Amino acid sequence: MHIPDGYLSLSTCAAAYAAALPFWYIAFRRVRRLLHTRMVPLLAVFSAFCFVIMMFNLPLPGGTTGHAVGVGIAAIVLGPWASMVAISVALLIQAVFFGDGGITTFGANCLNMAVAGSLVANWTYTLVAGRSAPDSTRRLVAAGAAGYLAINVSALLAGVEFGIQPLLFHDATGAPLYAPYPLSIALPAMMIGHLSFAGLAELLISAGLVAYLQRANPELLAFSAPGRSPRLAAAGAWRSTRSLWYALAGLMIATPLGLLAVGTAWGEWGTESFADAGARQAILRASGNVAPPVAAPHGMERLAGVWTAPIPDYAPAFMHSAGFGYILSAVFGAGLILLLLLVVSRLVSGKATPEA
Amino acid sequence: MSEQYFVAGRHGPRRGFVERLAGDLVAVFDHALDAEASSGRRGLLQGLDPRCKLVAILALILCAVLTRSLTVLAALFLLAVALGLASGISPARLARQVWLGVLLFTGLIALPAIVLVPGAPLWQLPWLHWSVTLPGLRSAAFLVGRAETAATFALLLVLTTPWMHVLKAMRALGVPVVMVAILGMTHRYLFVFLQTALQMFEARQSRIVAPLAGAQRRRMVTAAVGVLLARTFQLSADVHLAMVARGYRGEVHLLDDFRARRRDWAALSFALALPAAILWSQR
Repeated sequence: MHIPDGYLSLSTCAAAYAAALPFWYIAFRRVRRLLHTRMVPLLAVFSAFCFVIMMFNLPLPGGTTGHAVGVGIAAIVLGPWASMVAISVALLIQAVFFGDGGITTFGANCLNMAVAGSLVANWTYTLVAGRSAPDSTRRLVAAGAAGYLAINVSALLAGVEFGIQPLLFHDATGAPLYAPYPLSIALPAMMIGHLSFAGLAELLISAGLVAYLQRANPELLAFSAPGRSPRLAAAGAWRSTRSLWYALAGLMIATPLGLLAVGTAWGEWGTESFADAGARQAILRASGNVAPPVAAPHGMERLAGVWTAPIPDYAPAFMHSAGFGYILSAVFGAGLILLLLLVVSRLVSGKATPEA
Repeated sequence: MSEQYFVAGRHGPRRGFVERLAGDLVAVFDHALDAEASSGRRGLLQGLDPRCKLVAILALILCAVLTRSLTVLAALFLLAVALGLASGISPARLARQVWLGVLLFTGLIALPAIVLVPGAPLWQLPWLHWSVTLPGLRSAAFLVGRAETAATFALLLVLTTPWMHVLKAMRALGVPVVMVAILGMTHRYLFVFLQTALQMFEARQSRIVAPLAGAQRRRMVTAAVGVLLARTFQLSADVHLAMVARGYRGEVHLLDDFRARRRDWAALSFALALPAAILWSQR
């Protein structure tokens, strides 16, 4: 799960850093607002805790062992945002000081485990636990499901990151320059291990911890009981934009599909398309055999030069790989939408809940 | 930590579960003490300004990821070995701490690629009738070469720079000061927790007379996590009060006392020129 250096191309790493950055920013701001002076000690000590539990080798049924990432535990106890920061800090120390996970791939590792893992774990836990009492069995199921799903979504993301490498980056002989396996191999290879052993380790440690806390330290679980926690109050603004985030995540994940599409989208023709015989044929076919005009419409020609897109056809001229340009454009676009979302959510939450 | 990492585990063939758990934790202490000792010795990398060194090592890691030539990758690997030798870090130590672990982990992942990547067949494996292809061999070499070279550079940084200097040097990369403070404190407290966990496991080990069953082992580990979690909150509250008592009001100040000399700039320019040259040659 910890992707080492050299498995992902630099552009994928840059895209992952760019995708993780807004989440780090929001997480940091929310945690700081909520905890103020308590933020530094709590995050530091909790990150150290995450690091240490990542080292525990959990015995699994069947005689094997597995390491847990602890993302389920962190998201249940701290909420998604503080968990994001704590797991990222633990991953950074693992990568730099202990060489577990790469430095260029740190953004991707954080995106998979800290960001996606925390969000999925938190959604699953709040969804399954509902308004159940802190000592109910339903909470055990919720914690287990949260850990299991979180780690599998992380593995899925890592599998997609591996799988798009041979599609986008190879040398003159056709040799893949980074992770060599296509999605058809990378995804099952990642998922089999995580749907079984690693997922089971995360499930057992998350559910086991909640079971332990129910008996030994129930007040820690009360933090995550609905309606009692400051972190859930802070999640209110999040909930209002949740459906948008879902849609955005879906769109971002589906982006590589565009690489497989052929032809030009209907109506997305340029003035030069009307002069080109091949393009005219394509327009004819796509328009139900209605012939296009002989020349580009006058108004279209006049307006064509008014605005030149900063990233024309999703791949600027200085980029040699159209695939990379496509991905970068997607990230850039997603970043813009995120920025817009942030501004809107800030305006809305600023009106709804005056800051303490 | 299940994947390749710098901490060399020393599991005996007949050690019990609790001993293995404790052994993993002790190995982390060993690595930290080792890194501290070697960063205090005299050597080429030890003598460089931490900020220049951090940026330079990052540039070299970038080179290892950027290059599309196996020759350049091999040259970078040799550069890493040479830098290690000039800093008192022997190839034997690099082999033990990085090369073997990376080879076992990445090598295993890269191995099927030599037959799975399509291309002109070089020769056929006997019995299996699988063809080893040139693109397959090249892609496996790229993967292992990049992982080995990048991990060697990363280890060189850790073995030649005290951790606190690495963190302070991160300021040069624009990492926020609060983040640097959190990372520093995390590093401090992770040893506190490792010590606590080690003591818990040792205490348990001394009271075990028969091997633990699977369910008992799981309960032991989850209970240890639970105890550590409770201590986490206790400790963070204590640390917070101690910080506030000493005047902490949410602002973090670091003492930036690094001073870059001419040779630091020379090393930095050399390291930055490499990725630029690779990018230029790949235009």
